[in-house]
Amino acid sequence: MDNLDKRIINALQGGFPVCDAPFRQVSLTLNITEAELLIRLRNLRANGILTRFGPLYNAEQMGGALTLAAVKAPEDRFDEIADIINAFPEVAHNYARQHTLNMWFVIATETPGQVRQTIEAIEEQTGLTVYNMPKIKEYFVNLKLEA
Amino acid sequence: MIDRRDLELLERIQTGLPVCPRPYAEIGRCCDMPESEVIERLARLKQQGLIKRMGVIVKHRKLGYRANAMVVWNVPDDLVKQLGGHMSRFPFVTLCYRRPRRPGWPYNLYCMIHGKDRATVQQQLEQLAAACGLASFGREVLFSRRCFKQRGAVYKNLATAAETEVAHG
Repeated sequence: MDNLDKRIINALQGGFPVCDAPFRQVSLTLNITEAELLIRLRNLRANGILTRFGPLYNAEQMGGALTLAAVKAPEDRFDEIADIINAFPEVAHNYARQHTLNMWFVIATETPGQVRQTIEAIEEQTGLTVYNMPKIKEYFVNLKLEA
Repeated sequence: MIDRRDLELLERIQTGLPVCPRPYAEIGRCCDMPESEVIERLARLKQQGLIKRMGVIVKHRKLGYRANAMVVWNVPDDLVKQLGGHMSRFPFVTLCYRRPRRPGWPYNLYCMIHGKDRATVQQQLEQLAAACGLASFGREVLFSRRCFKQRGAVYKNLATAAETEVAHG
């Protein structure tokens, strides 16, 4: 990744225009040609630096449901618990964290009822208590990770 | 309100936009819709908030963001709104949520700081605590150790192709 790649990522994290020639519009602000921007973006996508180039939906407005949940996985069962939890297609993310609550995951489903069902199934299969911590309120941040 | 054609469109673009000079025309060809209609519908869906934003979604670890702290705070309920609002304005705070307390887990305000090294994140955390007057409240810092799963482009259905991207990495 060189400087131009970084400038492209930084510019596009702020948004992407909805107009007939959006890449040309972005390329003008970056002072490069449209063709070069397209090549760079294809490469960044192929290298897996961009997971996605497109829309980020609002789950609740789409009728879907999301929650953040955590478990206290005993050290000697850690990998087994991770495998069980990751096998659920409803689990979108899973991270190990330094704490007694050491495994934190996001459940994303089509309906709120499915969140409950997924939690119950994880509790049953792991024998652990799932701490369910859905968001009550989101405070707006301008999410942008400088490349 | 959204109609069936909107849903078709959202479904079509959920895995990403084509990287070509006229991406909306290309999408239109697949949905049997003129380019102008695709643009008009997407602009409206964005304005309505169903599309939170268009753009790139990065794998933060590949950009060198490896010191990712979830910081949880136990603040008085009547201050949570004000503190959440204040906290989220710091450029290094990448997510900020109010969540319910649980037995043995008294924390009700969460923020994420994505950083390249722990020392910087610790410094930013102290800066945040001082500026927002958080020093006297209980807190814990949970650095991520390992990412087991960060779901990428393919979703089984539309409703889950949502805002989980950076969620809690």
